[in-house]
This record gives sequence, structure tokens and C-alpha cells, in this order.
Amino acid sequence: MNWESISKLADSVRNGKASARSLIDEALKRIDAADEYSAIISKVTKRAHERAEYIDEQVRAGKNPGRLAGVPFIAKDNFLTFGSETTAASNILKGFEAPYQSTAIEKLEAEGAILVAKANLDAFAHGGSTENSDFFTTLNPHDKSRVPGGSSGGSAASVVLGLAPFALGSDTGGSIRLPASFVGAVGYKPTYGLVSRSGVVAMASSLDCMGPLTNSVEDAALVIDVISGRDDLDSTTIERDETSYTNLDTNLRGKVVGVVKEYMTEGLDDSVRAVITLAINNLETAGAVIKQVSLPSLPLALAVYYIVCPAEVSSNLSRYDGQRYGYSYKDAESLSESYEQSREKGFGAEAKRRIMIGTYVLSSGYYDAYYRKAQTVRTKLVNEFSTAFEKVDFLVGPTAPTIAFKIGEKAQDPLKMYLVDIMTVAANLVGVPAISVPAGHVDNLPVGLQLIAPQRQDRSLLGIARAYEELKV
Amino acid sequence: MAKLTREDILKLAQLAKLQLDDHEVETFQTEITEILGYVEMLKDVDTDGLEPTYQVTGLTNVTRPDKLKDYGSSQESLLKNVPNLEGKYIKVKRMIG
Repeated sequence: MNWESISKLADSVRNGKASARSLIDEALKRIDAADEYSAIISKVTKRAHERAEYIDEQVRAGKNPGRLAGVPFIAKDNFLTFGSETTAASNILKGFEAPYQSTAIEKLEAEGAILVAKANLDAFAHGGSTENSDFFTTLNPHDKSRVPGGSSGGSAASVVLGLAPFALGSDTGGSIRLPASFVGAVGYKPTYGLVSRSGVVAMASSLDCMGPLTNSVEDAALVIDVISGRDDLDSTTIERDETSYTNLDTNLRGKVVGVVKEYMTEGLDDSVRAVITLAINNLETAGAVIKQVSLPSLPLALAVYYIVCPAEVSSNLSRYDGQRYGYSYKDAESLSESYEQSREKGFGAEAKRRIMIGTYVLSSGYYDAYYRKAQTVRTKLVNEFSTAFEKVDFLVGPTAPTIAFKIGEKAQDPLKMYLVDIMTVAANLVGVPAISVPAGHVDNLPVGLQLIAPQRQDRSLLGIARAYEELKV
Repeated sequence: MAKLTREDILKLAQLAKLQLDDHEVETFQTEITEILGYVEMLKDVDTDGLEPTYQVTGLTNVTRPDKLKDYGSSQESLLKNVPNLEGKYIKVKRMIG
């Protein structure tokens, strides 16, 4: 049940061969039919129909509704959107109606795209399986007894199930790439700051990146081209390329690709290693120059992440006080009790765990030993990536050490769950772009190849990812 | 590292404004101790002469014109999620005992 490419779909709407209304109805029909996978939290039916009518009217009037004319899409439910609730899959935000929309959503709408549904996630994007959603767990489209990965598991499952041609996700430590790997989608985390964070429920602000989940690199490039760029509402955004991100260099000849030693050894499942090794051989046969590289501090990245991330989480989640929006405990006698009970009852176990860890590492007496130390080791990682990129154009390795795991397998052990991010967190700490592309299967379950480029080399990265994708066909 | 005590957890919960129940206190004693144990590996890493990284893209002094811009949010839309609204005021519980 795959869709045509996004550009072809938009073409067909612009030249009147298909109506936006028919695409929206098709997407909504597919969403209903795939209910058993629990990928979706809410549909945006009424607003989607209104927008479709508007787009179709524009076409009839001879106007151009944009590069994504009438194309349905799904957003992770931590993007603020009109037309339905924005919950971040958390009880504390259940029923929340966004007063404004995320910049990324606004940009997609300005080009004619139509939001049809909001996808499930680990609550507040904390997790690697969607099992931390306060509502329900999304099932892996290839095997219903397994997780789709997370935290953007609903978005990833959606595109593979064909519910919409593309979905938006957010990636703080791997939350786009990991589920892409587990379900066999393309998942793209751009350079930090390339896509505005404005209007996305904040997790860890120095790490959060927004990006697409798609069924092809071409589609990912088009979405990035639409949503990237400076934004007055997010002062950490960077200038985008003047050249379109859809203008890709897919020539592999002479491109130097570094195989990350640390990603190919410790903890990597043997059958996943075999798939990745084959992928690297294919790149070499096609003309890429393969080198071995070592980033000695990589085994420390997850420890750095699990200090920096909860620190920023505890700070960002302090806004949920039960007074201005979100769940509020009714029977409190004092303001303090209202805070404590609203947060206690509104947050799930993982949000509380991260708030507690964050509070610990930021508290006086521990700040230097944990938070400052972690941020200094982060500098070591930044330096090692810079050194590596003096010798190679790209880094390559697996996206995840294993295929999708069973539902419940890691749910009772938070540290075990944290370890699923072991190969993805470094890109966030260093701010570099990284992509997961389907590379093969183990036991009929997808394996993702991770490609990483230096900061601001998003176009080159999409180029090599596209070239790799073409090799497989 | 030494296991966090019940008092440690209660102190943190108080700082974080969470009214944890007994079961949570107990679970967090174990889990948070374990997670802090994992990150101990950073303790002995040589970071002499290195500064912390707080942001990664090197932007400095990002400014914009100090001008009013209309993003279409009304007072009504900004207040519609308030749990306890009285007129245009957010009503909170008693602060001073």
C-alpha cells in the first residue's frame, strides 16, 4: 500500500489528475483500517477536509497551491497543531488544544501539505519503543509482537503501513533513526538547528532535532527542503543552504566513507553486523573509498547523554505545574500541594525518572561532578568527530545494535531500554546530521544503515543516502 | 556507588515538586542508583584543558528587530487551556498558610 513519491502526488493534485480531497480520504481510510497497530493518537478529519477543499479550489482557480499540494502527512503528537489535541502521549497534556502551530507544520501547510493525524510516541519522547506512551503501545508493522522503536514509533509505523506518504518526528537521542531502523523506513535527523524547534514540546533543548520519516530518501529531502531554515521563534536555528536539498549529488566515486570501529564491535548483534558489512561492501564496489576510523570516546556517549538529557528534561518539564494548562489536581488545599499532586498524577514513570535524575545531576554539590563533567566529555566527542571528518566525508555504521525487540522485553529495566540508543546519541551530542536507511533484513525484520556527515553537510548526506538506496534496487 | 537512601529520593522529589508514593520511592532508590552507577564511567575521563560544550553550532548573539509581530494567537486562545479560569485571571490555590 505504498504511495507515489511526494513530488508526483503533488504534481497530480496541481494538474488536476487527483483531488486533494481524494488523497485525504484515502489516508483517513487507511488510518481506520490500520487501527490494530495503534500508531495514531488522533485524527484531524474536519480541518483536513477544510484544507483539502481550499487546495482543490485553488487548483480550479488556476493557482499553484505549493510544492506539497494536497499531500497528506502525519505528525508526531509532540508537534503543536490545530484541529485536534496535542498530547505528547502524556496524561498531563491530555486534552490540550494548541494556541499556535509549530513552525515546521506552518511551513508544510504553506506549501499545501495537509495534516491528517497525530502519531503515538513515548510520552514526551522519552523512550525507544513507544511503550512509555501514557496511552498505548504501537505495534511493529512487520511483527505485532515487537516494538516499532521509539520515540517516534507511531510516525515510523505510519509511513511503513502507508497511512500517509510522510510523517514528522523528533530526534533527541535517536528517536527518528531508531524506529526507522526497526520498521524499515528512512529516518532523517538534520544538523542541529536546521529545522526550527518552535512549537514542538521541548525535551532536551540542546539536542532536539525535527525531521521526516519517509519511504524514500527523495521524499525526505523534499520535506527537509520545505521545513528547514532560520526562524525568529527559535534563536538556535541556522541558515539553510541556498541550493535546494532536493538537488542531490549521488555520485559515490571517490567519496570517502569511514567505518566507525566502535559501532562495529561492542554489543553489536552478529546478524546485524553481517547486513551492515554487506552494505559497506556495496558502497565500496560502487566506487566509495572505505576507511576504518576510531572515535575512542564513543563508548562514553550514552553516559554523557543520560546526564545532559535528563538535566534538560527536568528543566523543560518544570513548566507543567497544573495551573496554566494540562492536568490539574482538583482537591489540593495549597498551591504547593497542587503542584506536587498535579505532577505526580500527570507524569508517567519515565518522565518522573528523568526529572529525578536531572534534578540530582543539577543539584548543588553534584553539578560539577555530573553535569559539567558530562558537557566537558561532550567536547571530547565534538573534537573526535572533527578529527575524523578531516579524513573522511561520511561515517557509517548500524543505526541500532539489534533488530526490533519484543514488546515487554526491556520495559521493566530502564537502563536496558536506554542502551538501545547507544549508536544514535552521539550525533545529537555533536549536532551532526545522521540518517537511517533500510539496509536489509534479519529474520524478516528490517535493519537500518546509519550514515553521518559533518554539521551543515545535510545535502551531501542526503546525496550519499540516495546513492546507497539506488544500489539496492 | 552507594545506594540512594529513602531520604535522598524524598529530598529530590521535593525539589522537583513530585509527591511520590512509597512504591515509587523504593523503585527509584534502585533504578536511579543503577543509572548513576552507569554514568560513573565519566568520572575518570581525562578532560584537562577542555571547556564544556553547551551548544554545538557556534552561534553567538542572535538578535532580531524588537518589533511586534502578529502570530495570530488571541488572548482567548492562550487562556483556553487554563484549568481554573475566572474572568481573564488564572485562579490558583492558597499560597500562604
